[in-house]
This record gives sequence, structure tokens and C-alpha cells, in this order.
Amino acid sequence: MLKLAFAYMNDRRLVTGLNILLLALAVATLVILLLASTQLADRIQRNAEGIDLVVGAKGSPLQLILSSIYHMDQPTGNVPLESVQMLRRDPAVRQVVPLALGDNFRGYRIVGSEPAYLGLYNAELAEGKIFGGQGEVVLGADAARNLGAGLGQKFIGSHGLSDSEGAGEHDSHPFETVGILKPTGTVIDRLILTSIESVWDVHGIAHEEEDAHDHDHDAHGHHPDHETEAAASRHAGLFPEVTALLVRYRSAAGAVRLPSMINRQTDMQAAVPAVETARLLNLLGVGIDGARLFAWLLAAVGGLSIFVTLLNAASAREADLALLRVMGASRARVFGTVMVEGLVTAGIGGLVGIALGHATLAGAMGSFAALGEIGLQPWQMHPGELVILAVVLLIGLLAALIPAIRVFRIDLAATLAKAG
Amino acid sequence: MTAVLDVSAISKAYGSDRILSDLSFSVEPGEHLLLLGPSGSGKSTLINLVTGLLTPDSGEIRIGGEAMTGIDGAARDDLRRRRVGIIFQTLRLVSALSIRNNLRMAQQLGSGRTDDAAIDQLLDILGIAHRADAKPRQLSHGQAQRAAIARALVGRPDLMVADEPTSALDDANAQRIAQLLIDTARAQGTTLLIATHDQRLRQFIPRSLDLATMAEAA
Repeated sequence: MLKLAFAYMNDRRLVTGLNILLLALAVATLVILLLASTQLADRIQRNAEGIDLVVGAKGSPLQLILSSIYHMDQPTGNVPLESVQMLRRDPAVRQVVPLALGDNFRGYRIVGSEPAYLGLYNAELAEGKIFGGQGEVVLGADAARNLGAGLGQKFIGSHGLSDSEGAGEHDSHPFETVGILKPTGTVIDRLILTSIESVWDVHGIAHEEEDAHDHDHDAHGHHPDHETEAAASRHAGLFPEVTALLVRYRSAAGAVRLPSMINRQTDMQAAVPAVETARLLNLLGVGIDGARLFAWLLAAVGGLSIFVTLLNAASAREADLALLRVMGASRARVFGTVMVEGLVTAGIGGLVGIALGHATLAGAMGSFAALGEIGLQPWQMHPGELVILAVVLLIGLLAALIPAIRVFRIDLAATLAKAG
Repeated sequence: MTAVLDVSAISKAYGSDRILSDLSFSVEPGEHLLLLGPSGSGKSTLINLVTGLLTPDSGEIRIGGEAMTGIDGAARDDLRRRRVGIIFQTLRLVSALSIRNNLRMAQQLGSGRTDDAAIDQLLDILGIAHRADAKPRQLSHGQAQRAAIARALVGRPDLMVADEPTSALDDANAQRIAQLLIDTARAQGTTLLIATHDQRLRQFIPRSLDLATMAEAA
């Protein structure tokens, strides 16, 4: 009977193919939404883990979070270098990690920071050493793989945060790869990390050695060349600044006092990642829910199409099925043939849809840089896909049930008399 | 010897319209019988009763000694599957399957197994071996009727019931199909019961039952 079901499907390939396509499109849409929403939520939460507060220039708090934690949007501006020391002196603060942004290499953001930044994401070196000297960089795992860069590789960064900005190259200050990180599954995989001083150097901002670090400056002394550069850059209005500060509290008291203090008493803003990501997920969730509803409607249309096809087929095939009964097929076997046809159509539609969903996501990530920045894993399976497949199979079964019951009730003598 | 078909005093009416009344006859092994009569004389009703697709109001029908009456639908289906082959005038084969697969399915449903050698032999006898892989819609009228004969005979039934197997055919094709029907039935040891108004079949099967005459007599 399975063979017969396949024979009937094969006999009208076009209609069967269109039904499969209709269901596959619905399933693909659902799979894309499922993968995008779950991976996005997971990635958003994972990337913000361990960062209690982000301090930056005044502006949109969401923009500050997006640019400083997810490296997805433009920063709100810069904040004075003194802010680093101000926060580090606060007893409620355990750690402050400054960031200096502004450049990219082929779309991969160059982030000036301190080695402590790696600790926020539990990142470890796969090879090489951590950045330290002027122009030294450490590449995240994805950045290294996609750029095909190895240790010792030199490159010139471009101004701006994305490849498309094309705001000029810093050819007088090449970077050199000194380390490559192991994959972490976080945003750091897609970054190029260097010291804050290197970022300042690239932009011609004179600074004292290790300005952003918590050291005794007097112990180092000042180089005469730096004194001259400092004077020149200050004359040009360029002062050492940082883009944002990633803060971890020492105690819960920090969460109560620090954000309001910064927002009221300084020219900076403090944004809480937990609050902003919840807001972001909420906003995304509304859109995703709407799209999901649309996809299920599409799946229902696919089911309805199978139903109409099988109902028409059952009517057209009534004589065929009566003949099968006369040849000795039991009612249950004939009923099963129609049910199998619905189930197999839905099953193929479901499987093709799942494959199509993953392939579409992979294709879209390759074609749209913005999607690539989110860092989704297009081929990663999600348990929810099995639920989608099960529901689609159920739709197939329900769609086949009424035509199958109709076949079950065929009056053989009357049908054969009509056919004869 | 047990009769292949034994019809004993059967009656059938649709409401007040009495179709068959107290009809009795039997067909012995190796014997064939024509059921003659114009449309509406009860030929199709009698065939449906013999094959268990309908039940009589009274009387008894036995196939090879087994009762087709007084049993439930599933038992009638089982008896028909084991002992009876049926050819319809226009409904011949399952449309989605090739001729060979139609015959395989008939064997599978009849005996639970398939025998490709027997299928090839039967198709060869009927002269349609070259069309074995064609779909029913790709066959000519005559080829389709021969394929239907093959489908009905492939399970080696004791009784083959045919409803108007030659009525739509021209003289040459009717003669060829009738001869094939007789020859292959004889080769398989099958008894034929043919309902028809086609008088051309009389020359092949001398014994007949005229339902119109019997109705008038009743």
C-alpha cells in the first residue's frame, strides 16, 4: 500500500510537488524564525553576561549597549580618560574595562582595550601571545578564519566601523597579528583586539604611556618625542579618550547607587545591559511573533492544499479504490493508502522546509553583512525543529483524514455501477 | 463434485421494484455460463450478489461450496479475494500503476505473494507482454480489456465474473477477446460467468441464462 501511495503521488507529480513546496516554504519560514530568535536571544544574553553596567557618552542607552557589547551600532561618542580612574576608585566597582572603537579591517571591528577584556568572555589564546606593544593585535577565531590571517600577518586598518564606510586607511600605522583566540561562541570571535594606546596612535592622538591603566605614571618618565606629539595633538584638539567602559560591580550596592550617580552627576550615561537587552528582545519578540503567526498561517494553507488535493483525488479515484476493494484490499488498507499519501507529502514538505530554512539562513548571512555581524550559526539544529516537523505531520494526517474516511465509506456496488 | 457456483432461490428487490425472484442455477467446474438480458434485467444485480458486493433478500449463494450469503462484509471480502476474479466493462485497472504492477498487486492481495514468471506468461498469452510497463491510460481499448482479463486471472480464481467484457469492442476485437477469455480460463482451470447483452458471445459459450425471459416467466 505504501508503494501504491507513492505511485499515486508520482502519477500527479506537479500537484504533489506544489503541495510539498507550499508546506516547505512555511516550514522554512518557521525554521528561520526559530533559529534567528533563539540564537539571537542566546547570543544577546551570553555576550552581556558578566557585564553589569556600560558607561559611555550620553545618547541612546540601547545604542551604547549595541555598540559596546555587541559591536553592532555606532557608538554614542567618547568619554574622558579620567572617567576610567574615577570609576576604578569607586569601592562598589570590581572591574572597569575601557574600550576604544573607531576602526575596522575588512568589516571586522578593531577594538582597543586591555587584556582583561578577554576575561569577560573567558577567551583563551589558541596561538601566539596577548597584545601589548604598539600595533600588536589578537584576532578572534572567526575573524582569523575568515580573513585567512596567521601570526605575523600585517594589515592596515580603515577608519569607520564597517567595511562600507570607506573613510580612509591608516597606512602609516600597520597592525601586526601576534595572537589568535580559541572560539568562544561570543562576539569576541569576530573582533580584532589591540591596546587602547595603539588605537590612539593610529589616530594621531598623543598620550602618555599606558594612560588608561592603573599605574603610577611618574615611575615611567616621559619620552621627549611623546611630549612633542602630545603638544601637537592637543593643539589639534585631539585628547586621549575612550569610547565606553564595561563595569563589573563588587557588590549589589553598586547597582543601586552607580547608574543614577553617573547619569545625574556626570556628562556620561550609564546603561544596564540586562535592562536594555530585555527591551531589545521584547521589541524583537513582537516582530518575531507576528512573522511566526504568518508562517503558521502559511502552514495551514499548505495543509488545506493537501486536503483539497486528496479530497479531489479521492473523488476522482473512487472507482480505482473500489476496484482495489474488489481485488481484496481491506477497508483499512485503502484508508491507509490515502493517509500515507497525506503523511508522506507533509513529511517531505517538512524535511525539505527544514533544509531550505537552514540553507536560506546560510545564504542570507553570506549576502548581508548585518546578518553576519549577529553571528548566527545557520547549520545548527534546534530541538524546536522536531516540534515543527511533528506539527506539520499532524497537519498532513488531519488533511488526509476526511478524504480517507470518505474512501472508507465507499458503496462498492453503487460505485462500480457508476464506473461501469 | 462441488459446483463452482451454486445459486439457490435468491430474490432481490429495491423498494417495491423486484429485480430477481426465486432464481436458482449452478455452474460446475470447467463449465461457463452467459447471463443474457437487456439493460435493467438484473444482470448487474446478480453479479453483485454473486461477488458479495450486495446481499440477497432471500436465498443462498455458494462459491466452491463456501457460503457467500449469511456472512458479514469482511468474510464476503475474504471469500471474494480467495476465489473470485472480476472484470468490469470500463473499470479495468488501478490508474496509477503499470500493467505489471497492477498484476503484482492483484497477486499480492489474493495470495499474499507475487510471481513475476506467472505474470509474464499470462501477459504473453494475452499478447500484451510488450506493454507490461505501460500505464492503463497509455493502452488501446483492446489492450486495456486484455490487461483486465490478465488482472482478473492472475490470482487463478475458481470463478471469474465478467460484466459486459466485449460490448464496447468491434467484431474483430470482440472475437479476439472472447477467444482469449475462454482459452486463458481453460488454461487456468477457471469457470466463467459472463453478464452481457452481446449476442456474439453465444458462439463461444453455448450455455446461457436469459434473465429477461425468466422474469417474464415469473
